[in-house]
Amino acid sequence: MFDFATFIPRAISQSIPLLLGSTGEIMTEKSGNLNLGTAGVMYVGGMCGVIGAFFYENSPGKMNGVLAVLIPLVCCLLGSLIMGLIYCFLTVTLRANQNVTGLALTTFGVGFGNFFGGSLIKISGAEVPSIILTNTSNFFRAKLPFADKFGWFGKVFLSYSFLAYAAIVIAILAGRTLKKTRTGLHLRAVGENPATADAAGINVIKYKYVATCLGSMIAGLGGLYYVMDYTNGIWSNDAFGDRGWLAIALVIFTLWNPVSSIFASILFGGLYILYIYIPTGTNLAFKELYKMLPYVVTIIVLIMTSLRNKRENQPPEALGLPYFREDR
Amino acid sequence: MEEKTPKLSMRGITKRFGTKVVANDNVSLDVYAGEILALLGENGSGKTTLMNILAGIYYPDDGEILINGTPVTIASPREAFEHHIGMIHQHFKLVDVLTAAENIVLGMNEEGKLDMKAASAKIKQICDAYGFEVNPAQKIYEMSVSEKQTVEIVKVLYRGADLLILDEPTAVLTPQESEKLFAVLRNMRDDGKSIIIITHKMNEVLSVSDRVAILRSGAYICDRITSETNAQELTDLMVGHKVSLNIKRPEPKDPIERIRVKGLTVKNIEGINKLTDVSFTARSGEILGIAGIAGSGQKELLEGIAGLQPIESGTIEYVHHDGTTENLIGKDPLEIAALGVSLSFVPEDRLGMGLVANMDLADNMMLRSYRSGHSVFTNRKNPEHLAREVIKNLEVNTPGVHAMVRKLSGGNVQKVLVGREIASSPTVLLTAYAVRGLDINSSYTIYDLINQQKERGVAVIYVGEDLDVLVELCDRILVLCDGHVSGILDGRTCDKQTIGMMMTHIGEPTEEANDEQ
Repeated sequence: MFDFATFIPRAISQSIPLLLGSTGEIMTEKSGNLNLGTAGVMYVGGMCGVIGAFFYENSPGKMNGVLAVLIPLVCCLLGSLIMGLIYCFLTVTLRANQNVTGLALTTFGVGFGNFFGGSLIKISGAEVPSIILTNTSNFFRAKLPFADKFGWFGKVFLSYSFLAYAAIVIAILAGRTLKKTRTGLHLRAVGENPATADAAGINVIKYKYVATCLGSMIAGLGGLYYVMDYTNGIWSNDAFGDRGWLAIALVIFTLWNPVSSIFASILFGGLYILYIYIPTGTNLAFKELYKMLPYVVTIIVLIMTSLRNKRENQPPEALGLPYFREDR
Repeated sequence: MEEKTPKLSMRGITKRFGTKVVANDNVSLDVYAGEILALLGENGSGKTTLMNILAGIYYPDDGEILINGTPVTIASPREAFEHHIGMIHQHFKLVDVLTAAENIVLGMNEEGKLDMKAASAKIKQICDAYGFEVNPAQKIYEMSVSEKQTVEIVKVLYRGADLLILDEPTAVLTPQESEKLFAVLRNMRDDGKSIIIITHKMNEVLSVSDRVAILRSGAYICDRITSETNAQELTDLMVGHKVSLNIKRPEPKDPIERIRVKGLTVKNIEGINKLTDVSFTARSGEILGIAGIAGSGQKELLEGIAGLQPIESGTIEYVHHDGTTENLIGKDPLEIAALGVSLSFVPEDRLGMGLVANMDLADNMMLRSYRSGHSVFTNRKNPEHLAREVIKNLEVNTPGVHAMVRKLSGGNVQKVLVGREIASSPTVLLTAYAVRGLDINSSYTIYDLINQQKERGVAVIYVGEDLDVLVELCDRILVLCDGHVSGILDGRTCDKQTIGMMMTHIGEPTEEANDEQ
């Protein structure tokens, strides 16, 4: 019998980086910025958190729980904020091509993570090529004390760390903001038709900057969750993989809706680890094929979404286009 | 006008784009409360730029703006709203996927939470006051052009505008919709609001405005009280020299049949008939006008002849000079074009078909000729030469042959397109909305060009919007009504009313129907 009580919690914890990444990217894309640098942003977010945690963990004295969480968190947010600012400065202020800028940021972010990852491994003098931050991770993974008392219910719904719940809250908040508030309406208008938004008196530049930077910070948290929760505080170079790209695919899959992204990312998270749960006997080659699942589904989803013609389901109309008021 | 403070004064406004283009040169303009001011000028004379300065889209390089006698700065659209100035742009500034109400409240920083119910109620109130009809919950992309325009007007009124600027509001409206709009504008004027309207249509200027201000090449020329002037004087002032306002209609010289269309039926993607059983002939040396409400199948008809539209049933025959015929259906557009069938279609966005916005004039000329010659290299000299000729003959206002087409104003873009098509010396010239958005002078240049083609023996099919022009220019007029041929009339004897009736009812109106009018 398929063991749902262990599969679902693992699928969910696998899904949180994807959820944070896609929520961040949705916010960004709603402002008309197509940030293909999300993968790099998440990488930088994770790495910055690791740097903060590393130095705090290796500082003399007893570790304080609150600080052990706050320091990596702030480092992560700052790192991803800077990535967002670089992106905005290049694409909004200097009107550089968004695709090229995004791809450059991904390359840069991955390089940044691997470079400092390598340096920290050197400093720590570890024998394995990883940075181990188990103490910090333990603070991050603190669970609700009563989670174990509820049997399978507790396991499926209550066994996660605060970042996981935060991710879901952020997604819901982002969805509500986009749909129900004046700010959300203005942001959507900026992404759809900046000239119209501008003529209506909305500060297009400000909205683009704020949405993109906030989006980057949310995506960066995905990187932090990955190191501190998912891998139990162990950073290895390149282990983060292509989660950043899956997050971008999820944006299209969910039709730019952060709330549906909660379910979609759990689905993707499940597909990501499904190969472990499908009995394949001794033939390991099949496992490799099952690992393809999330990518196959991504391709199918991209084809399906491109077939849909409904106007509401289309990407923001001005996505990827620079805006200049006096352009004739 | 008696002595009173103008509601708005512009003094010595100058606006340059780059170092070369001076869009407005030392313009001074007054607008009073409770009047409709028409702003008249040729394409590229700086009307829209001047109004964009008022709306806060552009910032003037020089000059000052006074409202009720106090100097103000308008640095952004928001500041324009704060001074109660609202502009309805030629290209609507609406977000397609949002509802009417969402578009209307967009950018407003009202107190408290976003309350669409309250907003809708306020919209209803405005609509009732001036006689609009808007469904606040309807999405913009589901609306017709005139509904979108209404949303735009309600939007500026919602913001409390008492100075409204309308940039070519009737360019995309049917005559009935225009009349409705004018009624609303008069209502607003009587309510004490000031209205500035930009339009090229002289009869509209004369019927709706109280005063006319004229711009020429970015400079302010003069103003006239509408009731004390006439179309001829205004046109002369606008152009700067005398122009004749009569369209020539030379007698067709021994017309022979060139295109024979029989039982043509075309379906769109959803399987709905866009054309049903359309039959007609187009003769050489003759202009066949096509009249009809927008979307009655004009586009499908022309594209069907040009080979761009799959045909459901029917035949299209091309008659050679020696009398032999050739079926055009099933041929690809290149073969059809090689016969000398030339299509110059001016779609609503002008650049959608025919020209590549990001290429320069010479390269756009090359779109027609790049296949000629046997070398692997293209000949760039001839297109450049042609571009120069078009610029000279049609008085295209451009920095040079290497200027990108998207930098030209709409009228100039159109001249380039029509100029190129004519230069390919066609035997059949298909043209749609050739003068859409063009000022009077450019329109007449285009009519002249079309007449020249007619005299050369070209069979011209002219899809037009302005019935006055159709009646004056065309030898025969085919009236389309919802994809059916409503009738074919003689251009010399028919009148506008009959055509208008036939556009909405299939068949020629009977005597009784005429009596009812």
